[in-house]
Amino acid sequence: MRIKLTINKKKRVYEGAPFKRLIDVLRENYELTGTKEGCGEGECGACTVLVDGDPVNSCLIPVAQMNGRRIETVESLGTPKSLHRLQESFLREGGAQCGICTPGMLMSAWAWISRGGSARPSEIRRALAGNLCRCTGYQHIVNSVIKIIKERKRESRTK
Amino acid sequence: MRGAPDSIYFLQPSSLEKALQAYGENPDSLVLAGGTDLMVAWNAGLLNNKKVLDISLIREIRGVRALKKGVLIGALTAHADIQRNAAVRRHFPLIQTACSVVGGLQIQNKGTLGGNIANASPAGDTFPVLAVYEAIVRLISRQGRRALAFMDFFEGVKKTRLLPAELIESVEIPYSRKGARRLFRKVGTRAAQAISKTVAAGLLWVGQDGTVEELRFALGSMASTVRRLVKAEKFIKGKKLHRDAVEEACRLLKDDVDPIDDVRSTREYRLQISQNILRSFLSEANYYENP
Repeated sequence: MRIKLTINKKKRVYEGAPFKRLIDVLRENYELTGTKEGCGEGECGACTVLVDGDPVNSCLIPVAQMNGRRIETVESLGTPKSLHRLQESFLREGGAQCGICTPGMLMSAWAWISRGGSARPSEIRRALAGNLCRCTGYQHIVNSVIKIIKERKRESRTK
Repeated sequence: MRGAPDSIYFLQPSSLEKALQAYGENPDSLVLAGGTDLMVAWNAGLLNNKKVLDISLIREIRGVRALKKGVLIGALTAHADIQRNAAVRRHFPLIQTACSVVGGLQIQNKGTLGGNIANASPAGDTFPVLAVYEAIVRLISRQGRRALAFMDFFEGVKKTRLLPAELIESVEIPYSRKGARRLFRKVGTRAAQAISKTVAAGLLWVGQDGTVEELRFALGSMASTVRRLVKAEKFIKGKKLHRDAVEEACRLLKDDVDPIDDVRSTREYRLQISQNILRSFLSEANYYENP
């Protein structure tokens, strides 16, 4: 099966089994190994990517459902040399511990932030509710998100 | 074991008509919509060498439409889209609330109402709400259309009254009388992502003089399928909500459910907490509505 999709702003044409999972296509066909698989059951959110801007579990999607869709993975944020400010915020605030949940956390957080989500902790917790951190570092993760939302607000006021 | 993609015979019709034909010719197919349940089984390696009919591309049965007598939710409408719909928010707030506690955002963005209903889990979070709004499930196959009352759709755990090669087309939710006190309450180990220990929905109409005109109350995770509290509803009708009447209704709750002990909870806890929810709903207005 031939599937045309956009991954991190690059147009791609996938040719292969329609039932290969999106996460495996990302990791194996396009070497985007930032996206991690945790539970494989839709419980942990480690595999979260954005499809047309919405967070979804890439371990629960056959690639055949992605024709014409726009996919963003953690690699769309920053690179080790040039981190995205959300990633910097996670580093500064201690929002990343063992790291396995971090790519998914970042993508869920980015979906919230880029759509103008508020800095209220209760709402951020709802936006991140589909992502588990087994280091239980939730407070630092929420702080990382609050900080960047406040920063962005300050900047848009001074502009 | 993992799923082996090459072992799947994959059908992906682009229209409802083509889907009904493909399903008619391949009635042994597994129907794939949002995939949030089916792909879990796939990841466990349970679906290798199966036929899969992916209906997710069918546009005709996605989205919410306002009707004269209610709203029509297309089977492929995702829980996130249902929550955002203006007509749903205005007329059926319990549906909005129930959709917001299904899994996390990732599941709500992908999982569909029709898929959830067809999957027939005893713990479906929207089911008690659809039960009290007295929804109608519209079905379609090559042989034609038919409709079932929501409560008649389920036969048991993971069992429905869908016929071979029949699909859910939409779910119709008729308007109910205004002025109802309402409740939705899910009890799980965490606010999100948890499968319910019990999940409750209620609508209550009380007259000016304080007598109950109508009670509709439904519970999920409390039996093999969602249950209306037929006995308690009948008992409380025409009565004032005095303590004795409320207690009797709570006692009668047991007659319409049959919860089990499992990994998530015990029969005893489920009964107790469900009775507590009914008691506070009947005696204290809707303090217990989820945000």
